[in-house]
Amino acid sequence: MDTRLRVAVHKFSSCDGCQLAFLNSGADLLRLMPRVEFVHFAEAGFIAPDAPVDVAFVEGSISTPQDVERIERVRANSRYLVAIGACATAGGLQALRNDADAAAWMAAVYPRPAEIGALPVSSAIASHVPVDEEVWGCPVNEWQLLHVLQARIFGVRPAIENDKVCLECKRRQAVCVLVAQGAPCMGPVTHTGCGALCPRVRRACYACYGPAENPNAQALAARFAQLGLAPAAIARRFLSINNAAPVFHEAGIVWRERHDDHA
Amino acid sequence: MTTTREVRLCVPILARVEGEGALDLVVQDGRIETLRLRIFEPPRMFEKFLEGREYSELPDLVARICGICPVAYQMSAVQAIEGLFGIDPGPWVRAMRRVFYCGEWIQSHALHIHWLAAPDFLGYESAVGMAQAHAGVLQRGLALQGLGNAIIKLLGARSVHPVGARAGGFYAAPPAEEVAALRARLVAALPDAEALIAWAASLPLPASDQDFISVSLRHPLDYPMNEGRIVASHGLDIPVSEYETHFAERQVAYSTALFADLHGRPYLVGPLARMNLNADRLHPPVRAALARTGIVFPSRNMFHSVVARAAEIHQALLEAIGLLAGYRRPAETAAAAVPRSGTGFGATEAPRGLLWHRYEFDDEGCVRRARIVPPTSQNQGRMEEDLRGALEALGLDKEEEALRRRAEMVIRNYDPCISCATHFLRVRVARP
Ligand code: SF4
Ligand code: SF4
Repeated sequence: MDTRLRVAVHKFSSCDGCQLAFLNSGADLLRLMPRVEFVHFAEAGFIAPDAPVDVAFVEGSISTPQDVERIERVRANSRYLVAIGACATAGGLQALRNDADAAAWMAAVYPRPAEIGALPVSSAIASHVPVDEEVWGCPVNEWQLLHVLQARIFGVRPAIENDKVCLECKRRQAVCVLVAQGAPCMGPVTHTGCGALCPRVRRACYACYGPAENPNAQALAARFAQLGLAPAAIARRFLSINNAAPVFHEAGIVWRERHDDHA
Repeated sequence: MTTTREVRLCVPILARVEGEGALDLVVQDGRIETLRLRIFEPPRMFEKFLEGREYSELPDLVARICGICPVAYQMSAVQAIEGLFGIDPGPWVRAMRRVFYCGEWIQSHALHIHWLAAPDFLGYESAVGMAQAHAGVLQRGLALQGLGNAIIKLLGARSVHPVGARAGGFYAAPPAEEVAALRARLVAALPDAEALIAWAASLPLPASDQDFISVSLRHPLDYPMNEGRIVASHGLDIPVSEYETHFAERQVAYSTALFADLHGRPYLVGPLARMNLNADRLHPPVRAALARTGIVFPSRNMFHSVVARAAEIHQALLEAIGLLAGYRRPAETAAAAVPRSGTGFGATEAPRGLLWHRYEFDDEGCVRRARIVPPTSQNQGRMEEDLRGALEALGLDKEEEALRRRAEMVIRNYDPCISCATHFLRVRVARP
């Protein structure tokens, strides 16, 4: 009997960057093959979108009426559903259209917008179906995905760290860019997992891993204001890759309104 | 009495591409009545939400259009910004950007050749299926892909959506020891890259002879990548800023990707187009390796794209090795930027071809309007034209399965990157 873990990788509205972590793990991925069977993973050549699986990795946000139906089928066919990346966990960068006049936008890009079916909002997988695990990041990396796979091979829940990027910086003895350069670093409110990549190349974190647990977004925004950032620039810090994550969205809107009041 | 037979094939076929597409094919009286490549990329509307963002955010935002070629998006964007603001980033930045871009060509081409294309030519459904019988080939491919990623990481800290690049240059310079260690690995990989060219040329590539226009950048000295003028095989030679005077995008009802035409005709961008227009700019060892294959560029066989990709991996390795020789950390890793209002243009050669950007900035350096023309929309018209020719050459009376396989192979050969939505290509062959 085939006891391999049956795995699917599904894509919704996204850039493909998260699932690429599988193809980028090269030899490590091939080593897992005795334990894992990719049932559906179109980019790698496996097509069986409606087959039942043990674990489904879902990349991308829900942005069309067809997506809404498809994610329900994916859920029904999967024992364990893992949303991977900012698109799947928070609606992605493309959720910036949620606060805008999507119809007018479409008209500006496409000469005949009526021919294109898109929902007015781009939303996270968990707003449509129950999700068993969320792996944050834009993109998620190889280690995060291989860790989830290994945990599921053993039938346990993956242990996902919940620290902030700040702590990772300290651990790796990176110089704090907020203190040393006065750079508007999002590290104090951002979920760890990347290895504090940005501060280590001496730049401010832009929160691609999404909000950490209990982030004090408003306090950090106030700090940015002290550093001399204009309200609109503060709003943009929060309304970026993970703009639709509730804490970021709330902080961003507050500062955007402050900008509008001044304007 | 004639019976009307209509055959409808609804097969999820296009695995091994990035994106969701469908092909409608209607064959009647031994002729192709309808042939449409449909792309349903749900529009992510990047061009609109870039409005109001500051120039400094652009490299990180536009990267998210494509996880396979984020460096290309970053490099076209910084070129547009720097051109308008009048920034000269200097020789160190110029050299390191080329190295950075070499990394992306190597990883993207190695990914395409091994994960996406090779199974077609060797008769497998997936690269995983090839792992037993072609272990050496796959290992070599994965190692090259890994090296490409390592180059991007050297300057960008990670290979997908790297964080090192900025307008004016880089946030930081890698330490000399790291550079030397990586350079040694690149040198050690040269025999593999050469062997890859010979292997690609030895694949059972179908014969094909088509008349098409190639379009790419061309630079006075270098094989094009980060800069140059836009040239075409029938004589066009224009600065990047004049793209819109000669090329037009149009919408067709069945696709969310806009089609681009050059003077009303479809054209090709990507590795084969670059090779057709710039073979004289290749490093001598690449030219020698190609000469041994007997394949001559310019080529009218679209399937020589896979050989062109292999040759570009070799070229990019040699280029990076040369640029990293005698590496020193500079005093400044980026030139300062002072915003200016106006319109900036950028065009670089993404792994899949010309990637053209235009931004209008206000005097605070915020985007007023943006326009981005990716390679895949430029190749769409050419892909349809190619499919028509390739299926007719194969014989329209062939079994549906054979038509489907050939159509898939043709489409995949362009390495289309339709980074959105699911990966299904449904073929409907209607034969009344
Ligand atoms: S989360 Fe980021 S990397 Fe992942 S698919 Fe979305 S845009 Fe791409
Ligand atoms: S430091 Fe912040 S922006 Fe940079 S990679 Fe990590 S989470 Fe993303």
